[in-house]
Amino acid sequence: MNHRTRSNAIGVAFLALCGVATFLIIAMLAVVLGQIIWHGLPGLSLEFLSAAPSQGMRSGGIFPAIFGTFALVVLMTLAVVPMGVLTSIYLVEYSRPGSRFARFVNQAVNNLAGVPSIVFGLFGLGFFVRFVGSSIDQVAFGGQLVFGQPAILWAALTLALLTLPVVIVTTTEALRAVPVNAREASLALGATKWQTISRVVLPQCTAGVLTGAILAVSRGAGEVAPIMFTGAAYFLPSLPTQLNDQFMELGYHIYVMSTQSPNVEETKPVLFATVFVLLALTFALNATAIGVRSRFRQGLRPSDG
Amino acid sequence: MESQAAEVLPRIPATRIDAAAADRRRYMRIVEHVIEGWVRLTALSAILVIFLIFVFVGKEALPLLWEHPEPGLEHEVVTLDNLLGPTHYPDRPSRFVWQPVSNVPKYNLAPLIVGTLKTTIIAVLFASPLAILAAILSSEFAPRWLREIIKPTIELLAGIPSVVLGFFALIVLASWLQEALGLRFRLNALNAGLALGLTVIPIIFTVAEDALTAVPKSYREASLALGANRWETATKIVVPAALPGIFAGVVLGFGRAVGETMIVLMASGNAATTTPWITDSVRTLSATVAAELGEVVFGSPHYRVLFLIGVILFVFTFVVNLVGDLWVQRLKASLEGSRA
Repeated sequence: MNHRTRSNAIGVAFLALCGVATFLIIAMLAVVLGQIIWHGLPGLSLEFLSAAPSQGMRSGGIFPAIFGTFALVVLMTLAVVPMGVLTSIYLVEYSRPGSRFARFVNQAVNNLAGVPSIVFGLFGLGFFVRFVGSSIDQVAFGGQLVFGQPAILWAALTLALLTLPVVIVTTTEALRAVPVNAREASLALGATKWQTISRVVLPQCTAGVLTGAILAVSRGAGEVAPIMFTGAAYFLPSLPTQLNDQFMELGYHIYVMSTQSPNVEETKPVLFATVFVLLALTFALNATAIGVRSRFRQGLRPSDG
Repeated sequence: MESQAAEVLPRIPATRIDAAAADRRRYMRIVEHVIEGWVRLTALSAILVIFLIFVFVGKEALPLLWEHPEPGLEHEVVTLDNLLGPTHYPDRPSRFVWQPVSNVPKYNLAPLIVGTLKTTIIAVLFASPLAILAAILSSEFAPRWLREIIKPTIELLAGIPSVVLGFFALIVLASWLQEALGLRFRLNALNAGLALGLTVIPIIFTVAEDALTAVPKSYREASLALGANRWETATKIVVPAALPGIFAGVVLGFGRAVGETMIVLMASGNAATTTPWITDSVRTLSATVAAELGEVVFGSPHYRVLFLIGVILFVFTFVVNLVGDLWVQRLKASLEGSRA
């Protein structure tokens, strides 16, 4: 009996410890978000979102950074979605069960997800800018410096590789959720494998592909280390219009403004407002992705088991 | 009637129909082959990317091995000795120094490794207990409504861009810590480590929770049937069974912390010191690359050393992730085996 009560007391204490830990995590998140919302919201206005910076970033807006971020993630999406979807199609539709190649691909995707973002930055500089870009210049522009320098294209492609695992994981899950009988029915009617994939399986996965794309965008929009050396710039007088232009970006803007500004106190309101915008953007994207995903998860339960 | 219909239809010899159908079939077969090859090639590119990262980051660092210094710049040559050994001074005790921009550049990695270890160990020590206990609560005890608070919280935390956490640590947390603890340096290893911990929590939580829920229900039922209560079942049966998975989560979190750049770049103070104190400023491997690559001369020894740091980070996280993944897979396989 004595043993029982002591055991129960330890149990309650352990449970309380778990509760405290969980509460601490939630509280820390609340503090971080609270600080950013509290200090960031007052600085927000239509002008802030639509004007260019002025007076050494102390006033004006952040429109060029918002535009640059947008252009960057659009280019990134154009690169990462086809590549990610095709890889997922291979993994789910073409690879044989237990195939060694498929296992390697899976392991590579896993490892790619763990590569530090700064290494992607180094790779982007060494591969895209210094190798691919310089080669293009040699071949097509007679050695003139066109693509062999940091540019929005190279930053977008670097980010595309970084977000590739996100798209692959989500799309693979969506493809697996399509019932096998849908494929069998199509094949039994005489459709070829690719016809089945492109006209029966993929249309049922639009929500899954969309989720992957949105998650990739939300991840890509917040990354700074990979774009520091591949195309981002702190201040540019004009918006990027060419693939080989440099660009301003929200995350990079925050980094430079908060670490290299001569007077941080003075730029603080602008800084907090910029952080608020970036955070709101990523959270809105994540929330959309979670919403879309839960819909495709519900919609694609195998109907008849 | 039948003969009339036959009259109307054009008479095509059966062999020609067969030939047309065969042509079409052959055409479709070729298309299928081309598409399949294309899909396979794209899948191959995922493997290729890993390979290319290694090759192209390594390629920029490799000339360190054979590059000879230009006349007059002999002291700039980078050897294994000055990457790892201390710098000797005539008038002062020998020290480990990272000082790449100087008359006599010093490329000693020891301060950077010490800095990286300090911040990441603080991060893991801070994050592990919180994340593991929360994972146990979520998988073993929490009612549905509570789980529906915990999971989105973790997802939100994982979704915060690291530059935002770095900003928070730089502007807000650093001031709080300095005031509360009376610290000499505003930006230090503790500050960066705590902020880093916030990015590690979601990783450890997710992997640990996954491992805990993978423990078969029969384990719990057997324990409860023998008269153990819920907390005894959780701590003496479920947690030990899931322990390799929980540990894998900690390892994966550590790997992530080592590679994380923006937080340490903004919040650690970036002074390359080798002191043991956690309230001193530190400079990490990743932050060094981020801070210095922008101003370095292409092809210079300094440039190559920065890429060498990239190779070190890549290889280290690659191995850590591989080990972590294998542990998780083996644990899942063994738990599935015992379920049968």
